Amino acid sequence: MGAEPTVSLEVQIVLRLADYTLEVAFQAGDAPLSILGPSAAGKTMTLRTIAGLERPSRGRIVLNDRVLFDSDRRIDVPARHRRVAMLFQHYALFPHMTVAANIVFGLQDLAAAERTMRLDRIVAQTHLDGLQNRYPRELSGGEQQRVALARALVTEPEALLLDEPLSALDTHLRAQIEYELLQTFQVYRGATLLVTHNVAEAYRLGKNLLVLSKGRVVAFGPKSEVFTRPASLEVARLTGCKNFSRARAIGPHEIEALDWGCRLHTVQELPAATAAGELRAGIRAHHISLVEPEAVGAVSGLPENTFPAWVVRTSEAPFGVTVYLRLRAASEGFQEYDLQAEVSQNDWRRIQDRPQPWQVRLPAESVFVMGK
Amino acid sequence: MDFISQDLSPLWISLATSVAATTITMIAGMGAAAWRQRRTGPLSPIIDAIFLLPLVLPPTLVGFGLLVLFGRNGPLGKFLLGFGATVVFSWPATVIAAAVVSFPLMYLTSRAALDQVDPHFLQAARTLGATEWRIFRRVALPLAWPGVLAGTILSFARAMGEFGATLMLAGNIPGRTETIPIAIYFAVEAGDMRAAVRWSAIELGISFVLLAALYYWTHAASGGRARWARSRP
Repeated sequence: MGAEPTVSLEVQIVLRLADYTLEVAFQAGDAPLSILGPSAAGKTMTLRTIAGLERPSRGRIVLNDRVLFDSDRRIDVPARHRRVAMLFQHYALFPHMTVAANIVFGLQDLAAAERTMRLDRIVAQTHLDGLQNRYPRELSGGEQQRVALARALVTEPEALLLDEPLSALDTHLRAQIEYELLQTFQVYRGATLLVTHNVAEAYRLGKNLLVLSKGRVVAFGPKSEVFTRPASLEVARLTGCKNFSRARAIGPHEIEALDWGCRLHTVQELPAATAAGELRAGIRAHHISLVEPEAVGAVSGLPENTFPAWVVRTSEAPFGVTVYLRLRAASEGFQEYDLQAEVSQNDWRRIQDRPQPWQVRLPAESVFVMGK
Repeated sequence: MDFISQDLSPLWISLATSVAATTITMIAGMGAAAWRQRRTGPLSPIIDAIFLLPLVLPPTLVGFGLLVLFGRNGPLGKFLLGFGATVVFSWPATVIAAAVVSFPLMYLTSRAALDQVDPHFLQAARTLGATEWRIFRRVALPLAWPGVLAGTILSFARAMGEFGATLMLAGNIPGRTETIPIAIYFAVEAGDMRAAVRWSAIELGISFVLLAALYYWTHAASGGRARWARSRP
């Protein structure tokens, strides 16, 4: 067997829209790329432009050495010749065609025998056996999604674009379909882009992450990097971080968090250029930990970055509790809090009646510092 | 029987004219609708207005316009004369008059039906490599079919009832261009009330059946016609 051909999709587009201008540039390879952002950030528009359903004002789109769009060279390959498959948010299965007819719709140029062979293969691969003669409205949401995926993959596209692939599904189906999608991504050899506004989904399904806001790329890179070291306040917020404080550098690895009224050690080297100016510190709610009372007052003293904290209020979800903490004196009112921490139901039951203040730790490796 | 012994040619002429006119209207109306749906430009409102004019103009005006166009000195008349064909006062004239007058109905209804097709279906087809013609034939048309069918029936009914433009362009030649509405007019003029009533009854019957069928197809039976539109029992 020869070497696998490398997959590459280069996108660099400017598209003027009614309420914002979409201006994005990125590359994607074999590894799935999650595109995350709030609504009206340009996520779906980006996919539609790559698929050839929207025409950018200018830019360039290259898929595996094939130029799909180039405003300078006046190249605009029509959607039907791009070999880019798109999975629409509501699947867009043809309602008047059976499952089988839907799947082979894109294979009209193949010989009948080849068409049947490909149909059988994809039906087996996507677990659609026995459903070939059904109509889309006779299928469950999960089955419809599998048909849409089969219809897209059977044409052997060079890129697969998924627009909010899980949003139309009932909650109980999502985990299963998400797992199926991950398996599909492992087998599929082509550029995979998926759009979502769900932070956890973006993290689980993608290997790399592109964060869009108001039509612009605000972060792009391996997902762990984007999550542990967000480049800006906006990226931190969009990736789900809830805790921020204005900060001032007092050493290469130490800051004073002005809003939290404490000094914090960081693993991260502080941004040198902005050392004099104002910084922002952040920490994710899941990374804040509670120091067990036994550890407090031990010979070694408190672990670093540990501070007394008072509970302002709590918000209970089925499996976890969000605890709103104040780092200085116990507060009277309910509004003012410094930090949000996520605690599991089990831990919450164990700790809720302990005397306050509690000792909370902001682990140095979890504290990130951004320019303003 | 009196009825059988009568000359039934107006009925056959009306039916033949309506079938031919509706065929032309269907292709032209749907084509125009599909074309207008895809392309919009600064001239769109003007083109739309031209397409819809026959609906609001007096049929005599439409007929007069066609007469000027197809007359011996008209641009189209001259062109056809080059092939030795004259349209005015011939059966094709009844077809042309009926087609022009019923065109707006076909255009409007099929345009509305095509506009209602979710564009995501067309876009999905496009990304699956289908040509625009294949998308129209396999996706847009089947999904718009109830509306297109309604437009066809309406156009047919309108063609059956066409009088003014037909009289102007085709005249009243019994056995050749005399349709039912024209037969009614000349029966009344000649004082033959029995013939007028008979033709009126036939025209009324056909129109009623057509409109009832239209209602049946678009409302009463819309759930049961297409298998895909029915939920699983």
